[in-house]
Amino acid sequence: MHELAVTQNILEIALRHAAQASAKRIVGIDLTVGQFSSIVDDSIQFYWDMISEGTIARGAALRFNRVPAAMVCEDCGRGYRPDDETFGCPACGGDHVKIVSGTEFRVDSIEVD
Amino acid sequence: MGEMTVRIPVVENILSANDRMAALNRERLDGAGVLAINFMASPGAGKTSVILKTLEALNGRLRMGVVEGDLATSIDAEKAAAAGLPAVQINTGGGCHLDAAMLAEALPALPLSDLDLLIIENVGNLVCPANFRLGTHLDVLIASVPEGDDKPYKYPGMYRGAHALLINKIDLLPYVPFRMDYFRRGVEILNPGVEIFPVSCRTGEGIARWTDWLVGRARAGRRQP
Repeated sequence: MHELAVTQNILEIALRHAAQASAKRIVGIDLTVGQFSSIVDDSIQFYWDMISEGTIARGAALRFNRVPAAMVCEDCGRGYRPDDETFGCPACGGDHVKIVSGTEFRVDSIEVD
Repeated sequence: MGEMTVRIPVVENILSANDRMAALNRERLDGAGVLAINFMASPGAGKTSVILKTLEALNGRLRMGVVEGDLATSIDAEKAAAAGLPAVQINTGGGCHLDAAMLAEALPALPLSDLDLLIIENVGNLVCPANFRLGTHLDVLIASVPEGDDKPYKYPGMYRGAHALLINKIDLLPYVPFRMDYFRRGVEILNPGVEIFPVSCRTGEGIARWTDWLVGRARAGRRQP
């Protein structure tokens, strides 16, 4: 569980960009988090409510854009979502696959006034 | 969107501050010509045993130092220091992982220029350490047979990022339902071409191949400008 460290980083990034834009208040933060980034949304929100207190980001809405894992088979070109038990290509059984999404872990934008 | 609000694009990795600190650590390690390894594993996989075997096998071949980040280990920094190895203990305060800033604080306590290899023992955990790069040259994951063959599928983040993988406790293969093919297939998909070393710290099987590889990496690293 490293959600506290993650939440502190989100706050630091949001405050820095808000200051650059001379914003008075941060009302929302958009995050993209891939399935392979093991993060619990509820814990982030819990820490957020504590550590954003006393900053211009207090009460800002955290919006999580959850991205499922997606893979593409480099042998047959099939795109698919891996299940929990096997990652190989469901069409040809191949192992040469590329992970095309699911590893995202970023702040996309902040909404300010 | 509420009234009068403005959306400002950010597009920044959440752990970018850690990544920047990791890059500084790497510069410092490269400047000193030392190869640094970050050992990661779940609790009980045999991280400490692998490190002790590695230190034993390479004693006299490489000059080594130890950064101890796992409070549950039996290699405490005092013991390592008593054995003549430069060592430093990081107190994570019960945290679930080391981060780049913790390593940056620990490095000045070590004579880096006099070392060939710096061994860092991370906190026993298969989730968090994967996200916090330290700036080490090699991130080495230690899996073990009794943990089960489904671990690559359950902890893809950790298996994806490793530069080398040790499969420890292979002496238990006759007694545990561990499908090596299934395990290796998951690893290969997540991390194509990663070096895999099946070992047993109990019997010593496979340790020589692992430590020879490591010596090769440490020497190759030193030849680089």
